[in-house]
Amino acid sequence: MTVTPLGIPRRLLEFTLDGQEARVPEGSTILDACRAAGKDVPTLCEGDTLTPKNACRVCVVEVEGSRTLVPACSRRAEPGMEVRTDTERARHSRRIVLELLASSVDMSTTPGFAKWVKEYEAKPDRFGPDAARLDEEPRVDNDLYVRDYGKCILCYKCVDACGDQWQNTFAISVTGRGFDARIAVEHDAPLTDSACVYCGNCIEVCPTGALSFKSEFDMRAAGTWNESAQTETTTVCAYCGVGCNLTLHVQDNEIVKVTSPHDNPVTHGNLCIKGRFGYQHVQNRG
Amino acid sequence: MDLHFGDSKPTDDERAAVDALLGPPESSWEGAARDEMRAADLRWARGGRAARDRRDLLLPGLHAINDRVGWISEGALDYLCRRLTVPPAEAYGVATFYAMFSVKPRPATVLHVCTDLACAAAGASGLCAEVEARLGPGSGVSVERSPCLGLCERAPAALAVKAGDPVRTAVAAPATVEAAVLVARAPDSAPEEPPAAMAVPQAGDPALTLLRRVGVADPASLDDYRAHGGYTALRRAFDLGPAGVIREVTDSGLVGRGGAAFPTGRKWQATASQPDHPHYLVCNADESEPGTFKDRVIMEGDPYALVEAMTVAAYATGAHQGYLYLRGEYPRAVQRMRHAIEQARARGLLGDDVLGQGYAFDIEIRRGAGAYICGEETALFNSIEGYRGEPRSKPPFPVEKGLFGKPTVENNVETLVNVLPILTMGAPAYAATGTERSTGPKLFCVSGSVARPGVYELPFGTTLGELLELAGVRDGLRAVLLGGAAGGFVRPDETDIPLTFEGTREAGTTLGSGVVMAFDSTVPLPRLLLRIAEFFRDESCGQCVPCRVGTVRQEEALHRIAERTGAAAADDIALLREVGRAMRDASICGLGQTAWNAVESAIDRLGAYE
Repeated sequence: MTVTPLGIPRRLLEFTLDGQEARVPEGSTILDACRAAGKDVPTLCEGDTLTPKNACRVCVVEVEGSRTLVPACSRRAEPGMEVRTDTERARHSRRIVLELLASSVDMSTTPGFAKWVKEYEAKPDRFGPDAARLDEEPRVDNDLYVRDYGKCILCYKCVDACGDQWQNTFAISVTGRGFDARIAVEHDAPLTDSACVYCGNCIEVCPTGALSFKSEFDMRAAGTWNESAQTETTTVCAYCGVGCNLTLHVQDNEIVKVTSPHDNPVTHGNLCIKGRFGYQHVQNRG
Repeated sequence: MDLHFGDSKPTDDERAAVDALLGPPESSWEGAARDEMRAADLRWARGGRAARDRRDLLLPGLHAINDRVGWISEGALDYLCRRLTVPPAEAYGVATFYAMFSVKPRPATVLHVCTDLACAAAGASGLCAEVEARLGPGSGVSVERSPCLGLCERAPAALAVKAGDPVRTAVAAPATVEAAVLVARAPDSAPEEPPAAMAVPQAGDPALTLLRRVGVADPASLDDYRAHGGYTALRRAFDLGPAGVIREVTDSGLVGRGGAAFPTGRKWQATASQPDHPHYLVCNADESEPGTFKDRVIMEGDPYALVEAMTVAAYATGAHQGYLYLRGEYPRAVQRMRHAIEQARARGLLGDDVLGQGYAFDIEIRRGAGAYICGEETALFNSIEGYRGEPRSKPPFPVEKGLFGKPTVENNVETLVNVLPILTMGAPAYAATGTERSTGPKLFCVSGSVARPGVYELPFGTTLGELLELAGVRDGLRAVLLGGAAGGFVRPDETDIPLTFEGTREAGTTLGSGVVMAFDSTVPLPRLLLRIAEFFRDESCGQCVPCRVGTVRQEEALHRIAERTGAAAADDIALLREVGRAMRDASICGLGQTAWNAVESAIDRLGAYE
């Protein structure tokens, strides 16, 4: 039986969202209110299991009285606030952010990105052929997962998941500064020389596919990765007594990756190395 | 927390440098050699929360290693991490954040040659190229091109840092190739820097308020400071009580001098009234805006004034611990402030019982390590706390959750020293100086194409023309940059702009931190704009996309049009406007929000590419 904690009842507060009256529980963010109202605000660095870092700035909205735009993902709604989500000013910044990202990072495996590029009429090519790109080679230094920092938008989600928000392993950090900033372990060593415990919780939160299962990486390279042909089956991990939910992604009768439902009260999307990567015995058909 | 260390061991030097800061390790848990391991070490894991509470010593620890060895090796970093229970990955992220640290081997001596605006106009690129040629591989010196060193009145400037015990520093300014090579090869025998008063053309003028002791009182002598009116403001503060001090500061109309012009009294009141304790006072002396050097001159020329002003501010806001975050490129200011704080402590002007009033207050100096962004107030908190100096999102504001998550008042050096005349003269007399909305005296950092560059103290409301005349502006003025790289250019015919916060705003520009940099036609404007763009690209922390990538795209576009004008530049100027607008609207902090200001003003006001 799944027990959903109800928590302390929260009062509702009222504010104006695109000219409409909005009522949300106290403590809600502007993004929560937007989603409740069915508005599509793009997000990249926001994660449902993490504290917003508001680093990508693709969710910016206009708030009456604020000099700059504000990130919807982290700014809490306040009574009487006047928020506009779809102004020319907000759309301009979102478009530029999409262009800046697409012109510097490989966004090809970011779900939803192509749709936003179209919707905001972003033209990443206009910075010219010489525009600086990250151009990192994929790092394949272990059998479990691959770090392809050419796809990294520096959203900090993997660092937060590895650090004090979930795993408390602190194996990775943002290093360097500015455009040269990268996610790395100490001394930029291979993963195998680091504190990494291969829980894969960083892969779970990565929004761009910069972190991926080795299985997925290899199949993409071979051209055999086909998400539409995959089934997802949620089951319970058989290793220990905690009872984590596993979602097995299966293609051609082979498990190709393992995730966990983010709303699961046991895991919140997190697993350990056994649940995440220890599925080979299931496929050992002898 | 799962700490994992590699096999690299620190050298004896590195270990000694860290131990000199933290004391010897108590057990093998925090890095003592295994053969010293006592039986007790096997029974209890040391560390935990008590060790993690020392996280703020990470930056001083990195400084200790870098000062001793010149770079930070794997073994040294791992040892420091063991001592402080900090994950090595995080410490590596912090060490690679700062420009003055290196995680790769380099020679013990680093010569920082400033190539920023004032120095560029004074021929820094030629100087740098020649110095690099003279100090090639094998010379034992690493030459690094540096952002503004805050020595603009003596441009071009170079700063040599020679690692060792103790670390040695020397400045060559104005630097010739010979002088720069000399300070790099032998910092110990370099000629002494001229006194701070040389940067104050008005020094000795009895009409001065903020700078009246510079060049008059001995900056090393507490007695001399007291003989020249020192510590009368603190006595008056104790007479008034904290609420009375805040009332005076509020009535004086004092606003922050760091650039944002926030009312100081309101900030103090908001901090003082927070129920959460302790409260902290932070003095922002991370003066890194290109062209700014006023805080350096105050700290070098009148250090006790800052000690006294910090004590007053802390007393008013209920803080018992103050941090002075001083930029790493200011070795002489560090040394002067350290001496002044020690003297004040020895004489009972800091410590458990300040002036016998039963009020406890002390000041700790924290050195920056080469990051413009750490001048942003919340980035500065992260830097002190031992994290990467990335700005936090606001709200919550520092008055509520600042340093170590506690209510914090953070003021710039110049703002704080203004509190002294407010208390000695009284708020009405202070507010009588300047204009109605910009009260008091203001320090201006004048450099570039002028005969007498330096820090000038003038009442708010003086016009730009009057200031330039005072500094002896040279013929052929092409442009004036107000407020530094984050500020804006004005034309030579706009000299009637009143130098007030409201006056510059009405004129569509900014006063910023008080930079007034005059340029003639010898340096092409596109070249200066490119340098500004390079500065922001280098100094962006990388946290948010508009700034991290936007500053790169801005620099690329300026590169493309460096030699173009008119229609050939139009497309890129349109692109710059679009990117600039998004940086201004959507960046997290002031760095990204202002990174396009100067370029925009040069295009719109000066017609830079017409």
